[in-house]
Order: sequence, then structure tokens, then C-alpha cells
Amino acid sequence: MAHEVGHHESNTKRIWKVFTILSIVTIVEVILGIIKPEALNAKVAFMKLLNWIFIILTLYKAYLITWAFMHMEGETKGLRRSVVWTGIFLICYLMFILLTEGDYVFEVYKNGYKSWDF
Amino acid sequence: MDTTVIKTGTEGNAWGGDSQPLKVSYGKMMMWFFILSDALTFSGFLAAYGFSRFKFINSWPIADEVFNHFPFLHGVDAPMYYVALMTFILIFSSVTMVLAVDAGHQMKKNKVVIYMFLTIIGGIIFVGSQAWEWKNFIKGEYGAVETKGGQILQFVDKDGHRVKLSDFVTAAPIVREQHQNKNGIWFYGEKELPTYTVDDVVSGFKKRSDLLIRTQILTEDGKKTVLSREASMDKLTNSVVGVVEGANLIKNEYGSTLFANFFFFITGFHGFHVFSGIVLNIIIFFNVLMGTYEKRKSYEMVEKVGLYWHFVDLVWVFVFTFFYLV
Repeated sequence: MAHEVGHHESNTKRIWKVFTILSIVTIVEVILGIIKPEALNAKVAFMKLLNWIFIILTLYKAYLITWAFMHMEGETKGLRRSVVWTGIFLICYLMFILLTEGDYVFEVYKNGYKSWDF
Repeated sequence: MDTTVIKTGTEGNAWGGDSQPLKVSYGKMMMWFFILSDALTFSGFLAAYGFSRFKFINSWPIADEVFNHFPFLHGVDAPMYYVALMTFILIFSSVTMVLAVDAGHQMKKNKVVIYMFLTIIGGIIFVGSQAWEWKNFIKGEYGAVETKGGQILQFVDKDGHRVKLSDFVTAAPIVREQHQNKNGIWFYGEKELPTYTVDDVVSGFKKRSDLLIRTQILTEDGKKTVLSREASMDKLTNSVVGVVEGANLIKNEYGSTLFANFFFFITGFHGFHVFSGIVLNIIIFFNVLMGTYEKRKSYEMVEKVGLYWHFVDLVWVFVFTFFYLV
């Protein structure tokens, strides 16, 4: 069992290390968000490169919080997969459908015969 | 008959009972599945936000311009500094929480007490900050006018800096009384009247020849479109129907109404989670103080409530990205 009493050495060192990484990532995000460098405005796969960077950094932070702080790394494979995979697959599906539809509605507004700005 | 011991023939197998394939207590497993379902709820909200944003991809408000307040720095443009600070406070309270869990594993009661206390304080500061952020958002800063088509027009000077309505508009002495349902048609009241009428704004605009109008539409490089003086005059005299100050669920001086609706709903729902997390933390905090878990010889309750608290932090990481950064 992963959590037997008395089997626990202190993890404080790891916790502070993860906190440092989380802080650095957040600072990088905020600096990028304020400066918004021109070079990162290029479009890569339907979105600005800058937005991709934000999303990847966010997923990295989410991974650190779940694995280190919520101790997902210590759980069994079964529990880990039933929680993480379920979430990831459903969220990816939802995002795909809704963002595609949103873009479609945008096109309808833009190319339709009705004026929305009057 | 040698024996009456019942053998099911499933000993040592995963199926047939008496085994714990996930090797985790019932409460902790259920906390994980609650978190999963709550994560799906939040992702539903954020996906709906994404839908609306893609729908109005060329006219969505720019978050840097909306959230640019910092305590005690009046009139200073501080984009995102405050929300970054809030993020730090929440991440830090997550750290103290995990330290409390860690101390609990080693049965160090006093350490658990201190770390739980710090976690609660961090949570309260976060919720307070969010309330302050809401206050600024609701009050608004510059004011704007609204067209017949529901578009928001804002005012800028020659250099593109925003100009407040109060800087160039003087309210005319004609006071129209607010229509309340107690003294008019009983089923038809109206909201608080704005400080200025459309006529006030038009005459103020005419006097200041350096003013221009900024529309909601974004240009290629992600800035808002600024109209020429003639086009501004034309828009203002022909299509403006009302003055908007601040934001609520119906009108929003920052741009698309949906932006305000999602802001209130998503940060509000998250703030409610933080609030309930604080309440749970306080309950557990007092249990720790009374030595409940010392007697139980297990601090697993701290761990469970810690899972919830980390989840609240996790959600904020996503809200921060999709509301303030992207």
C-alpha cells in the first residue's frame, strides 16, 4: 500500500521544488501576457503561437499540481487512469465540438446577409 | 465431512470481493471521482466560454485593458499584476496545504495546525481579492456608449489612450426621473439612470476635437479599431441609443455582454468553490485542534480536504489562462 502509516519520509524538499517550478512558470506566463512579443503572433494550427505556449504551460502546471500536490503519482495505475483519462478524453471532445461550432457561427455572422453592426 | 469452511475459489483474484484493487480508502476514492465530475463541470463552462469567444473572435474584449487595477495605484495601468498576485496566493496556499498533509503523515499535530491555518488565511485573502476585482469590474472606469445594434463604442484621444466620460461630458441640468414600478406602469420599472444622457455625450464630444471613437472590432494585430473623426461623429449622432457605465449581466462597457456574463459566472463559481473549501478547511482545522485525528491515528481527513483544495487551485490555473492570458 502506498500510504502505510510510518512509511512516510518527509517530502518537504520536493514540495518546495515543485512550488518553485510553478512560480517560475506563472511568472513567465505573466511576462509573456504583458509584453505579447510580436514574434509569437504567428499562427500555428489555427491559433497564435503565444496562445499555444500559454496552453502548454497551463497543462504542465496542472500536471505538477495533480501529480505532486494531489499525490496522483502514488496512486495505483487503475485509479490514476480512471480519473485522468476520463477527464482528458471528455474534455478534448467537448472542446473540439464547441470550438468548431463557435467558429462556424462566426462565419455565419460574418458572411450572412444580415448586418449585426448598425 | 472434514470441514465447513466456505471457499469461494476466488482468493487472490481481483474479482470476487475482499480485495481492494485501487488500494485506496473509500472516502479518498470518492473525493477523486467528485473532483473528476467537478472538473467536467468547469470544463463545460470554459468550453462554453471558448464557444462564445470563437463566435465573436474579432470583437472580444482585451483582458489586459479590462483588468488593469492594483490596490493603492489609482489610475496606473497595471495589466494583470493583481491577478498574478492572486494566483501566487492560491498556489502558495496549496503549498501550505500539501505541507499540512505531509506533517499529518508524520503525525505532527502542531505542524498540521500551523499549515492548515496558513492555508485558510491564504484562501480568505484570495476570495477577498476576487471580491475587489468584481467591484472594479462592476463599477467600470471609462464608460461607453451603446449603438442600436448593441455594439459598444469607447472614447480615445489622438494617441489612442482611453478617455473617461467624466473628462469631457458635463451633465445637462434636465433631470429625467427614474421610472420606478411603484409610480408608473406597475410591471415596468427601469434600472438606475446613467449619469449622462446621450445628448450630453454628443455635445461634449463635439467640443473636444481631439476625441475619436473606438469600436469593438479587432484589427489584424489585435488592437481595437479607431474610427476617423468624421466616422466617429457619424456613428455618434446616428446610431447611439444609450450610455453604459460599468458592467452587469445585461450591459457591459468593456464590449460583448457575454464577456461579463462568463466573467461573473466562471469566477463566481470558482469563488464559491474557494469559499466552500475554506469552510471545509476550518472544520478540519478545529478537528485537528481537538485531537480527533490524533485519536484516530490517521490524518487522512486532512488529505481528503487537501485534495479538494488543490483542485480549486487547479481550476484557477485554467481560469487564469483562458480568462486573462489567452
